[in-house]
Amino acid sequence: MSATLRHAGWILRGNPLTGVAAAGVFLLMLVAIFGPWIVPYDPIVSNVSQALMPPSAAHIAGTDQLGRDVFSRLIVAARLDLAIAVSAVGISFALGAVIGAICGYAGGRLDRAVGRFVDVLMAFPLFVLAMAMVAALGNRVENIIIATAIINLPFYIRFARAEVNVRRNLGWVEAARACGDSHISVVLRFLLPNVMPAMAVQMSLNLGWAILNAAGLSFIGLGVKPPTPEWGIMVAEGARFISTGKWWLVAFPGLALMLAVLCFNLLGDGVRDILDPRMRT
Amino acid sequence: MAAFGATITRAGRRLLSSLPALFGVLVFTFLLMRVLPGDPAVFFASGPNAGKEEIEVIRKQMGLNKPVPEQLVLYLYDVGRGNLGRSMMTGQLVTKDLRERLPASLELTFAALLIALVSAVPLGVLAALKPGSVIDHGVRLFCALGVCVPTFVSGLLLIYVFYYLLGLAPDPTGRVDIFASLPPSRTGFLLIDFLLAGDIEGWWAAFRQLILPALSMALFVVAPLARITRASMLVSLGSDFVRTARSIGLPWWRVVVTYALRNAILPVITIAGIVFSTMLGANVLVEKVFSWPGVASYALDALLSSDYAPVQGFVLLMASVFVIVNLVVDVLYGIADPRVTIG
Repeated sequence: MSATLRHAGWILRGNPLTGVAAAGVFLLMLVAIFGPWIVPYDPIVSNVSQALMPPSAAHIAGTDQLGRDVFSRLIVAARLDLAIAVSAVGISFALGAVIGAICGYAGGRLDRAVGRFVDVLMAFPLFVLAMAMVAALGNRVENIIIATAIINLPFYIRFARAEVNVRRNLGWVEAARACGDSHISVVLRFLLPNVMPAMAVQMSLNLGWAILNAAGLSFIGLGVKPPTPEWGIMVAEGARFISTGKWWLVAFPGLALMLAVLCFNLLGDGVRDILDPRMRT
Repeated sequence: MAAFGATITRAGRRLLSSLPALFGVLVFTFLLMRVLPGDPAVFFASGPNAGKEEIEVIRKQMGLNKPVPEQLVLYLYDVGRGNLGRSMMTGQLVTKDLRERLPASLELTFAALLIALVSAVPLGVLAALKPGSVIDHGVRLFCALGVCVPTFVSGLLLIYVFYYLLGLAPDPTGRVDIFASLPPSRTGFLLIDFLLAGDIEGWWAAFRQLILPALSMALFVVAPLARITRASMLVSLGSDFVRTARSIGLPWWRVVVTYALRNAILPVITIAGIVFSTMLGANVLVEKVFSWPGVASYALDALLSSDYAPVQGFVLLMASVFVIVNLVVDVLYGIADPRVTIG
């Protein structure tokens, strides 16, 4: 363990950005948890006399067409955006790891059938598939999560399958089997823990993409409904005013999206450097 | 000639092996569309208080009164004959709608891919020539930022800067000004049609409409292309043949372009193919921002009004484009690296 920590320290010294990104993600988590209690204004109540005000000392990110404070809405939106991304990636991680590991271990007909299914999923334009699923399942936030999870699933299944497949005949797996471990136990107690670090890297690299995906879906009017504050829908509402020069309605939610995705991506790169055994030598 | 034949064989095998996936896409979309909430028959009846009989007639007309497996077989039979059904929204055949709108999407996507390649490949090569330099770090920073800005945000910000602030770009709605006259449609690609008609003014107007949406799509995909060019060039520049080429005193540009880049281009082609198909699907965001009359926004409108046929047609079209792009990538592989065909 201490070797890992030392290695992490070495990585951080070589790449201080990872530390900054980790701090950024931590801050984002804090904002997501405590957001509703720290905002200066109510994110929902409209105040038409203050509509479409440019950024000022009172409203540092300006106000929207209903006079709501853009900064307060941004802060409150963090919880929803993060919750969607984290739960979607979590679901596809859990399902993908188990399905992929079973297929990689068992092989045979099951493996081929799942492989075909994955091929079909990958032949879809993924964003369109997500759109169709949200429309089919109903226009709700849970369904954005499900749709994002499903379009991520093929990558996790393939990844876990490949990682398990190269290990299934290694000495320690045979040893475990020779000791009388059942197949389920071999997969759960020996193979999955070995695959986890690589999968975790995949997951952290994936979070940024999931955030963009969810924001894209709500931008085209799927999933989140106004007046709920969410970054994608805030951009969509601000889009109506961009040709008349009300830039802050788009720029600030866009900046929030960008910073969130940037932090997750940089952290993902850093985590990969720490966990990937090939980098550890 | 033998190499060419081998490429064709390989491409043909690829095509055959992708047919099951295409079939799967067809069936999957069909079933997904049947789960869509709302009864399209009610939606397309004259109004909310349309009579029961009228709805029943529309149901029959759409074939919705038959059991789902029978509908599926009928649908597959129709698709086999090249009939994708009729859109209830526009009242036209889906194939006609798609044919009218596909060139708009393709023109936008090709333009975006061109911009992305023209900027990403030199950036990647420059970064690889001097790893660790200011340029390298600049390119990496740009890449890191580029993948974080959603296309709909960068599109809107481009509109703000070039339309509102600078007044350089035209009104961001559609492919041409509403009052402009269209050239006779030959290819459907406006830039080519205007050129064929010899209408330079019209070409310029269409170009100005195209440049902002293409740029906002390109911004998002420069990063993966530049990153792969850099990585692949680093490997190729460190190889023995480049050292040999250098040691015998060839001019540096020949070493870089003829020797290193030629050998580094394969992964770039792969990524460019993936990027192209992804862009064509993810187009919907940019098409929405710029009111671009493409296939993706057509499918979105159909989806939101539970109009099955256009969505199914669109997904089938996208899946076929995926297959075609993969084929093109295969063929390009053979041209870029003759060794591929031997193995």
